[in-house]
Amino acid sequence: MESFLNLTIKVWHQKGPTEKGRFESYKVEHISTDSSFLEMMDILNEKLIKENKEPIAFDHDCREGICGMCSLYINGRPHGPDDDITTCQLYMRKFKDGETITVEPWRAAAFPVIKDLIVDRTAFDKIIAAGGYISVGTGGVPDGNNIAIPKDIAEQAMDSAACIGCGACVAACKNSSAMLFVSAKVSQLALLPQGKAESKRRAKNMVKKMEELGFGGCTNTRACEVECPKNISVSNIARLNREFLKSEFSE
Amino acid sequence: MSNFLSVSIGRKFLMSITGIFMMLFICVHLTLNLFLVFDDSGNLFNVGANFMSTNPLIKIMEPILALGFIIHIIWAFIIYYQNYKTRPIGYAVTDRSYSSNWNARNMLVIGALVLTFLVIHLINFYYVIKFDSAAMGQVTIDGTQMHNTYALVAGLFKGSVIYGILYMTAGILLGFHLSHGFWSAFHTIGFNNENWIPRLIVVSKIFAVIVATGFSIIPLYFMIKF
Repeated sequence: MESFLNLTIKVWHQKGPTEKGRFESYKVEHISTDSSFLEMMDILNEKLIKENKEPIAFDHDCREGICGMCSLYINGRPHGPDDDITTCQLYMRKFKDGETITVEPWRAAAFPVIKDLIVDRTAFDKIIAAGGYISVGTGGVPDGNNIAIPKDIAEQAMDSAACIGCGACVAACKNSSAMLFVSAKVSQLALLPQGKAESKRRAKNMVKKMEELGFGGCTNTRACEVECPKNISVSNIARLNREFLKSEFSE
Repeated sequence: MSNFLSVSIGRKFLMSITGIFMMLFICVHLTLNLFLVFDDSGNLFNVGANFMSTNPLIKIMEPILALGFIIHIIWAFIIYYQNYKTRPIGYAVTDRSYSSNWNARNMLVIGALVLTFLVIHLINFYYVIKFDSAAMGQVTIDGTQMHNTYALVAGLFKGSVIYGILYMTAGILLGFHLSHGFWSAFHTIGFNNENWIPRLIVVSKIFAVIVATGFSIIPLYFMIKF
């Protein structure tokens, strides 16, 4: 049932990448429990604009959990206090009346803050550019069953490909490691015939790029898997470790 | 293979194999230690200890084991520091308990506590056995003269409740370390998949419980019985 909340929003403010940031608290009133978290942020921003203040900058795009653009570390968890969702799919019914909600940007050396809650995630694009593709044309759609792929393998590849690259794994990880992201990208290709040929080189190049960009290493806490909006499994990380070690030991 | 150790997976590979190696050592160590509680005359343990100290294979393994320990320990601090640098500005509010276990996040802290114990443990027993063996006294079992290691170990636990509690705590801490370390070691070398993750975690927990109870039951036995 719809009810209404009065909340205090404690939000990170930072003018630019090199500026020093700080927390600022705002009051929002009469927020419907049926509204989404980002709608609440919109209401707050409208209020700020009317008061001639600068609105809070945050990332968002499709607002239906597909694009991976929204971020936000809400009350100590990436994408907020709900499971298997992105921030845009988070609803205000997850909060209590009178609560103080702390909203922070993703924190990682590899994800520098651009402004307020927006972080620069081009590091992920650079990792992809280091090898997250197939370097030859593999032609159009082949005839059905021309290339035999067992169903369970196809499904695993599909599950890995579900990664939207939002960066929640990095935000959740105590080491700011991008291993879940890299492993999902390596796996979706390594599992299928077209991608297999380059799998060793790909694993090596992408992992090296990840390190170079300042992401940490994996200590298997599995926090990434729990906080991932797309349920990417840490079994991908085991596969990445395998591919990487195979690549290293074969040289 | 160039720059293998400059990449985190390479560094962790070293943590993983030294970890697995030390777990094998722990199995041998625990088995021999349990001789303490199965024979109050001490003969069984003394024969076991004598076998270990005279066996040429053990002589070869001893420096390798020490190397394993040193690599694992030093590497842990290096890896921790490198991972620590990746988040210059921390979060104001975190709710990590939702997504991960306490012991998985604090392997370094638990490991460092076990290391502190290890130093005390080496002073208590290893130093005496290696460099001050005259202090132990001799026993003759089945015509073979050997050091009375049983008296050294049992004497410590019979004489001091504090040491007993320390050794029990260390056993439990080691259990926490291994409950994450065991499956994690296999995961890091790539021996894992969707089916094996739950299996390895179950084995990990069983192994941790066996090690923790096994090691802490020994001082407890001496504290209760004597």
